Amino acid sequence: MTMIFGVPLMVFMGQLMLGLINGAFYALLSLGLAVIFGLLKIVNFAHGAMYMLGAFATLLGLQYLGLNYWVALLLVPLVVGGLGMVIERLILRRIAHLDHLYGLLLTFGLALIFEGTLINFFGVSGSSYPTPTALEGGMNLGFMFLPTYRAWVLVAALVVCLGTWFIIERTRLGAYLRAGTENPALMQAFGVNVPQLITLTYGFGVALAAFAGVLAAPLYPVSPTMGSSLLIVVFAVVVIGGMGSILGAVITGLAMGLIEGLTKVYYPEAANTVIFLVMILVLLLRPAGLFGKEA
Amino acid sequence: MATTQHLTPAMQRQRNARLRRNGLYLVLIVIGLLAPLAIYPVFLMKVLCFALFACAFNLLLGYAGLLSFGHAAFLATGGYFTGIMLASYPGLTPELGILIGTLAAVVLGTLFGVLAIRRQGIYFAMVTLALAQMMFFFFVQAPFTGGEDGLHGVPRGELFGLISLSDNLNMYYFVFAVFVIGFAIIQRTVHSPYGQVLKAIRENEPRAVSLGYNVDAYKLVAFVLSAGLAGLAGSTKTVVFQLASLTDAHWHMSGEVILMTLLGGVGTLFGPVVGAGLVVSLQTQLAQSPLGNWVSVILGLIFVVCVLSFRSGIVGEIQKMVRKNFK
Amino acid sequence: MTFNRKTLASSIALAAATLMASGAQAQMSDSEVRIGYLADMSGTYRDLAGPGGLAALEMAVEDFGGEVNGAPIEVFSADDRNSADVGANTVREWFDTRNVDLVAGLVASSVSIAATKVIEENDGLGIVSGSAASSITNEHCTPNHIHWVYDTYPLANGTAKAVVEQGGDTWFMLTADYAFGHALEADVTKVVEENGGEIVGGVRHPFPTSDFSSYILQAQGSGAKIVGLANAGADTVNAISTASQFGLTQSGQQLAGLLIFLNDVHSMGLEDTQNLLLTTGWYWDMDNQAREWADRYFERVGKRPTMVQAGVYSSTMHYLETVAEAGTDDPETIRAAMAERPVEDFFSRNGRIREDGRMVHDMYLARVKTPEESTGEWDVYEILATIPAEEAYRPLSESQCDLVNN
Repeated sequence: MTMIFGVPLMVFMGQLMLGLINGAFYALLSLGLAVIFGLLKIVNFAHGAMYMLGAFATLLGLQYLGLNYWVALLLVPLVVGGLGMVIERLILRRIAHLDHLYGLLLTFGLALIFEGTLINFFGVSGSSYPTPTALEGGMNLGFMFLPTYRAWVLVAALVVCLGTWFIIERTRLGAYLRAGTENPALMQAFGVNVPQLITLTYGFGVALAAFAGVLAAPLYPVSPTMGSSLLIVVFAVVVIGGMGSILGAVITGLAMGLIEGLTKVYYPEAANTVIFLVMILVLLLRPAGLFGKEA
Repeated sequence: MATTQHLTPAMQRQRNARLRRNGLYLVLIVIGLLAPLAIYPVFLMKVLCFALFACAFNLLLGYAGLLSFGHAAFLATGGYFTGIMLASYPGLTPELGILIGTLAAVVLGTLFGVLAIRRQGIYFAMVTLALAQMMFFFFVQAPFTGGEDGLHGVPRGELFGLISLSDNLNMYYFVFAVFVIGFAIIQRTVHSPYGQVLKAIRENEPRAVSLGYNVDAYKLVAFVLSAGLAGLAGSTKTVVFQLASLTDAHWHMSGEVILMTLLGGVGTLFGPVVGAGLVVSLQTQLAQSPLGNWVSVILGLIFVVCVLSFRSGIVGEIQKMVRKNFK
Repeated sequence: MTFNRKTLASSIALAAATLMASGAQAQMSDSEVRIGYLADMSGTYRDLAGPGGLAALEMAVEDFGGEVNGAPIEVFSADDRNSADVGANTVREWFDTRNVDLVAGLVASSVSIAATKVIEENDGLGIVSGSAASSITNEHCTPNHIHWVYDTYPLANGTAKAVVEQGGDTWFMLTADYAFGHALEADVTKVVEENGGEIVGGVRHPFPTSDFSSYILQAQGSGAKIVGLANAGADTVNAISTASQFGLTQSGQQLAGLLIFLNDVHSMGLEDTQNLLLTTGWYWDMDNQAREWADRYFERVGKRPTMVQAGVYSSTMHYLETVAEAGTDDPETIRAAMAERPVEDFFSRNGRIREDGRMVHDMYLARVKTPEESTGEWDVYEILATIPAEEAYRPLSESQCDLVNN
């Protein structure tokens, strides 16, 4: 049997696959953060809460409204994204002219509110969401048993990431968005409704987080605290990659998933911290981040 | 308004201001000395520890413009090191234990500082948060922290080997002294030439650079000082409560200290003290009321309200009001 | 202006002081029995004890008639937010300002250890119902507290022994990488090896972990018959549901949960947890007596009680009965008198309080039912065997507690 650093090749391949699937979540979330940061210049601390709301909306939709997974996959990002737009209109807009640190603090407060409220109603034990019937079971890849649902998560996340990249880099809307990032005043002068663009962008970024939440619902127990600890790791991913580039965010997310996956085999004790260690390394060697553009 | 007549009135004004300030400090110290007669001392000690923690944090945010989202790491480091030292070496006096804890926080602060000041603004916040989370995982795993159970049975001991701190009043006056020393360090720093340069960096970093200041060195010193004082708060807290636990290392704690500072008034000397007093009282009150489950929601709401319409904080707003009405 | 500023500053200080002071009002009369319930009301352990435990305590007080020999019983509660210093502080304040007679609840082990130290300092009485750490009556024992419902020792030993006896003799350990997980792993390893089994592999995962897929894959590759979960709470829940997604049980391996509760099984559902083996201190449907009480609890709370919630009722009742009999609420007298009375009720069988403060009682080996076997939302366990009280807990001969003469 071929061995890689003392681990059979098959196990190694399996771990890579699992790492990639986790990386897909990092990619989706850091992508959403990057999109929001591009135009609003704030780091959305409520991103983890939005991911959690996405998973909760999926669960509650099934329990109380009988909405199946596929309906939720379409509807939940729209609903949570809509909530995001309302938040942007009513709250974030008021502090747009201030130091961007206030945006971080405000969204942190929002995250506490969402998390705390749901804990009061649903506790923290978490509930499980059934795997959609069409994706039950698994496939034998030769080197591992891969549950079909996880394969689907990987595909869906990559399609959405690439779709987002396409919209931003290759369409007129994306061109507006990029221009708005560079010079909002000029955009406004050209007759583009920049405030509306900002609202839509925030809504879209939040919808990406909610989409990740829907994908996560059948994988992890749905609980009010599922978003917060994940978000901190995603922050480290964002520091590593920099938020300047859409593709950069996606690539960094996937790469960190892989690194974490390998750590789980070779030195599981450090699995929680390895991404932070990579972050330290990047800060020392390339302070602006791998894809960063800031001074 | 007398503008440019003579130097004497200006000097006179400055002298008056200093006198007034000293008078204010005197009144506050007397209040601090008498407080345990009226209020439950253990509660007061908790407030003082968190007030020092918030003041340390404020030194960084309010005077250097750096938002650290990882200050819990220093509070916890101070606490754990002091706790381990005092629990394992029964001969060690509490003030030495606290000194060791504070030094540990200084070392960690230097490491974090060197890394974090390589990025600015929002990235700085994220870097500190990530580093603190790493420390959290370290504290969970490390064999000497007791993991989730925490570190227990830290003796309060005898101050300088003479005064027993088991007595709550003795303990209180010791904590009060620590607080006054910490506060004085911050006050001196802020009003020193060094503090003025920090403020200049906060207002306009490129200008400070072009004026020839080594901005990174100034930031690092501020970071280390802030970390050390946060560690001092954590060390003292461990001696008071005789335990160190993961709560102090959790990112919620980093959020709470931001809230204390924001609520009291960022960049004001007394703001963090008022903020810490209010947040700790609120938590104590809520924990024993039917609203107990809603603590984090209420803290979140205060955050939102503060950022939206109360950015100067309580002390800041009062200062504004005083300036408007009396000048 | 000087004057104004000064007044302003001092009035702020005064206002702040007043606000703080209201948190600490003194109550002096001592013709009452005061019970303080300290628990995590909003965090991780909310569903294990939390508000449901308070309801159970209130039921006990009501069933007892609301007074002991004419002295009214007062119940108050606080949320420890899973924080040792909040917990210790609250208890200290209860002693200093409210003359608390009994501290009940006590869930997170960190809070319980900190709180029992304060209880000892103040010469009070505490009953720990929710904590798992066996150290609470071992190296952290005090003459002022009793540990009522369970601890990790019978949970790990009961399950491991039974599993090995049923032929599950090769184990892969999935261990949370911190003090608690290491201790549990050591306990299990000892029992498995003593009974002729073997630990063939293991992995220490960080605490907390949300994605267990990598570790489950390693467990599958190990070829062990049994995958032991030396972790707790959300980690256990995550591990079990991931194992189910990867078809761990279908491929012939079996999971052994070392620290898992009714509320965990309920929230995960039977699909994921079926056939899981576990040890429990009590189960609501285990016999008529238990069912009868659980029905009353259900009417009040709308859920079935966990063993911890039942234990809160049982321990409070035992305390109140002892106080009534002894005619005093002096902690030392009561603690001794409680230990003299056997504990025999809907919750505890063959129960007695040992000198280290451990209330030993019969424990039960259970198997989680399959969805087909279950007749309702809360019909989740089948009790397989009873583990006698005297065998279940750590023997006193191995105790490191200062109260035990070894």
